[in-house]
Amino acid sequence: MAERSPATRRALWIVLSLVFAFLYIPIAVLVALSFNEGGLPTAWSGFSLKWYVSLAGNSAILSAALNTLIVALVSTAIATLLGTLLAIGIEIRRQYGKGLEALIFAPMIIPDIVLAIALLSFFSMLNLTMGLHTIILAHVVFNLAFVCSVVRARLKSFDWSIVEASADLGASALTTFRRVTLPVIAPAVIAGALLAFTLSVDEFIIAFFTAGAGRASTTLPMQIYAMIRFGITPEINALATIVMAVSITALTLSQRLNRGVIGQ
Amino acid sequence: MAPALAWLAALMVVPCALVLALAFFRRGIYGGIEYTFTLENFGLVFDPLYAGIFLNSARIAGTATLIAVVIGYAAAYAISAAPRRLQPIFLFFAVLPFWSNYLIRTYAWIVLLNREGLITQLLRWFGYTGEPPSMLYTEGAVIAGLVYNYLPFVILACYAPLSRLNPELAEASRDLGASAITTFRRVILPLTVPGIAAGAVFVFVLSIGNFVTPALLGGGRFQMIGNLVYDQFLTANDWPFGAALAMALIAIMLLVLTAQALAANRASGHTAQAGGDTDG
Repeated sequence: MAERSPATRRALWIVLSLVFAFLYIPIAVLVALSFNEGGLPTAWSGFSLKWYVSLAGNSAILSAALNTLIVALVSTAIATLLGTLLAIGIEIRRQYGKGLEALIFAPMIIPDIVLAIALLSFFSMLNLTMGLHTIILAHVVFNLAFVCSVVRARLKSFDWSIVEASADLGASALTTFRRVTLPVIAPAVIAGALLAFTLSVDEFIIAFFTAGAGRASTTLPMQIYAMIRFGITPEINALATIVMAVSITALTLSQRLNRGVIGQ
Repeated sequence: MAPALAWLAALMVVPCALVLALAFFRRGIYGGIEYTFTLENFGLVFDPLYAGIFLNSARIAGTATLIAVVIGYAAAYAISAAPRRLQPIFLFFAVLPFWSNYLIRTYAWIVLLNREGLITQLLRWFGYTGEPPSMLYTEGAVIAGLVYNYLPFVILACYAPLSRLNPELAEASRDLGASAITTFRRVILPLTVPGIAAGAVFVFVLSIGNFVTPALLGGGRFQMIGNLVYDQFLTANDWPFGAALAMALIAIMLLVLTAQALAANRASGHTAQAGGDTDG
């Protein structure tokens, strides 16, 4: 860009600092207070890990964490498999219509609450007992879309002639997939899976509507929502810090594996 | 390919079609669904009581959008003006908070805004002794939460066209005697409108259907469309009306997206013009 006066440059740095302060102060306060000794959530009275220790003894949170893990792992596995196959299918048959494109992007665009009530109506109409299995079914819907788009981005630069070469050399379709296609797209598949896993761990609204009654199928975000509504306790700060650390690590990893797909 | 499409058909297309169908049925006396065709659910959407909530949602979402665009554009502009090698790093840290749980980011504002939160303590530190200001459970808190949650998207959307801007255009404008402000207003801003529009639409669409932020930061005192849908399904047990509300929400969304597409078309016409001017 054109040269700027020192005053302009200073102004730009000030803007940047203020925006970053706005983005990080709320999170920093939350993390800092999770290490706060006192029972009061907002007054600092010394460093302590006791809220993390008390988390480890909170059975409601532990069972919610376990539920979240089950939902995330199973829905990620299904979504990664289906999403990858879908991406390959679309790229091989390039003459797909706009309708298919819309179908795949729809779960990313439809407001969460609409998809949530749609699934709730659907499951109850089928008289399905709701629980972890219905949350998994629901999570696959949007996870699949994300995996598919991550893998497709990778396939855009894929050289299909090596698949033909492999077939010419006598490899079966499965062998070709396992030995040629998969190794090339593996980073994107893993990146898509990590993204799906994180989205599933963090997802609240759809799980909230498709979990049915009872604590047995409470996931971590549902537990956090309930705790927040109940009031502020230092325990939520500790839990929030852990959840945040896990999501950010997984997504940073996903981003590194697949530069430029999520958030450019 | 087929199993994935089957999954989407069974668990997205069919349920969404079901909601659309639900909107045309009557609510049963005991809360169930009575299968007689009616349009009264859609009529109810325009009832002053509910239309008021729609307007309220639009106002809150609109205000959040405006603030997010101003802050986000300024941030994106500052990032695009930073040294090249620092830009990806700034961008990364601008998006990073977005990678944490939505509920947690909203909760962080409760910690900040509550009566004994950081802001109150800062005021005390500056010598304020009166009642703690009530900031939580206000419309301002809801707007702050929405802006905070969706700001990273605006920064990304605005940064894309800003970083692609040809610096020679601004130089040419200055050489022709335009002030920095005129250059910004007549050259830079028009060229980056598509980015602003994309960011704005994103914030507006996500804000207007949101129910978590109004529930947590508004303390349930500020009803938005999302909360209304939530109530119809989980509290009032009036699914047909809830479905009609959801359809209205989708209709608003499509309207906004179409408006954006039209605006983007016109803006790309502008870009072509600007390109032609530099060639000539």
